[in-house]
Amino acid sequence: MGITVSMTVNGQAVTAELDPRTLLVQFLREYRQLTGTHVGCDTGQCGACTVHLDGRAVKACNILAVQAQGAQILTIEGVAANSELHPMQAAFRDHHGLQCGFCTPGMVMNALELVRKHPDPSEETIRAGLDGNLCRCTGYHNIVKAVQAGAAAMKR
Amino acid sequence: MRAFDYHRPATLKEAASLLRKNENARALSGGQSLIPALKLRLAAPAALVDLGAIEELRGIKLDGAVLTVGAMVRHSEVATSRDVAIGIPALARLAEDIGDRQVRNMGTLGGALANNDPAADYPAAVLGLGATIHTNKRAIAADKFFLGLYETALKRGEIITSVAFPLPKRAAYAKFANPASRFALVGVFVSEGAGSVRVAVTGAAPCVFRAKDMEKKLAANFAPDVLAKVRVPPDGLNSDIHASAEYRAHLITVMAKRAVAAAVAGK
Ligand SMILES: Cc1cc2nc3c(=O)[nH]c(=O)nc-3n(C[C@H](O)[C@H](O)[C@H](O)COP(=O)(O)OP(=O)(O)OC[C@H]3O[C@@H](n4cnc5c(N)ncnc54)[C@H](O)[C@@H]3O)c2cc1C
Ligand code: FES
Ligand code: FES
Repeated sequence: MGITVSMTVNGQAVTAELDPRTLLVQFLREYRQLTGTHVGCDTGQCGACTVHLDGRAVKACNILAVQAQGAQILTIEGVAANSELHPMQAAFRDHHGLQCGFCTPGMVMNALELVRKHPDPSEETIRAGLDGNLCRCTGYHNIVKAVQAGAAAMKR
Repeated sequence: MRAFDYHRPATLKEAASLLRKNENARALSGGQSLIPALKLRLAAPAALVDLGAIEELRGIKLDGAVLTVGAMVRHSEVATSRDVAIGIPALARLAEDIGDRQVRNMGTLGGALANNDPAADYPAAVLGLGATIHTNKRAIAADKFFLGLYETALKRGEIITSVAFPLPKRAAYAKFANPASRFALVGVFVSEGAGSVRVAVTGAAPCVFRAKDMEKKLAANFAPDVLAKVRVPPDGLNSDIHASAEYRAHLITVMAKRAVAAAVAGK
């Protein structure tokens, strides 16, 4: 009953034999040990599990791994170049955009697509764009600042 | 989730035959409604037929007076399509306001229509524009497609292939969104087209419906104020923790007026 699934994860070609029920997030965390992608709600609400599928931010808890057949997946682990934080990650640190950090990988992954579409986002654009990501700690204020600063840093 | 077999056909024909042969098979598009249902075991199909690899179901085409959108076109594609922005900008704006970025990046037009969630946005546009739903078997007018709570005219195994939207003269959608899910507490789509006005209401009742009293008033004079005193009666409207039937009835008039104002202003 196993299905052979092949995809590229953070630039690396991977193939696995999976029960079709396996969620993409389960595949990433349990088969690839990429535990930076978090599971907050497992119901498609919180965005903690956000990864990029062919460049689109998606909720990995609401997708079957088999749906990613042939896709390019980018997780938070693939965002930094070598040991240097990506400018968006650095901006979250510099602007106190995280407290417990649970929501942060998802926030960063969503913010990266947001900034690709809106290189110079207003506060309103950021708040609307991060609608699918919940944070229980920060009150969002510093997340908005971090995304704005990250966007500016990405232009440099 | 209960165990299921998984198929990923490359053609519509293959998909149709898989759905026909497997008694309890279900189509899978974006999975944004179906996967949560599988997790809750509200759905337990024996097999899933993933439509994700079928080229024929993709694409947006603006051709004369008709905008055709493939069943597998994602909400985010409709929101950013140049053809949609030219043909029916109200449809692009509706798609832009469905759920959140991640949901729009997976969810599809075909999935949203087949699902017919009482609070979904697309049914309002399809009914409010008098669109035609094409399947692998036939063409179904919007007026005959949405039958009830999560119920459509689709037969078992029938696959939506595309939707043809006639271009309206003007149209707009106004939604009072549930702040948590972004689903419509009440959403109203209005359009003025070839000699007719349509007003479609979602979120308020078990199924999207046309507010015909409003249509009559607007046909005589397409202006928000003519709706001021037109009220859809609350009997039969949804009443839940989010809003009472009376409140939803009130919102229908408010949203309809806003939609007409936006259509008149060309926004
Ligand atoms: C957090 C969240 C917020 C959301 N907010 C909104 C919102 O604000 N407004 C809104 O309208 N929606 C919202 N949705 C729902 C979303 O738009 C779904 O994507 C959509 O309803 C279903 O589309 P899908 O492609 O994901 O379908 P799926 O989940 O894959 O399928 C849904 C159903 O349709 C059937 N089906 C799928 N494709 C076809 C086809 N081509 N032919 C025949 N049958 C088919 C399937 O068998 C299944 O029964 C939200 C979802 C989530 C998770
Ligand atoms: S864990 Fe996926 S959306 Fe919450
Ligand atoms: S920092 Fe704790 S959930 Fe966002």
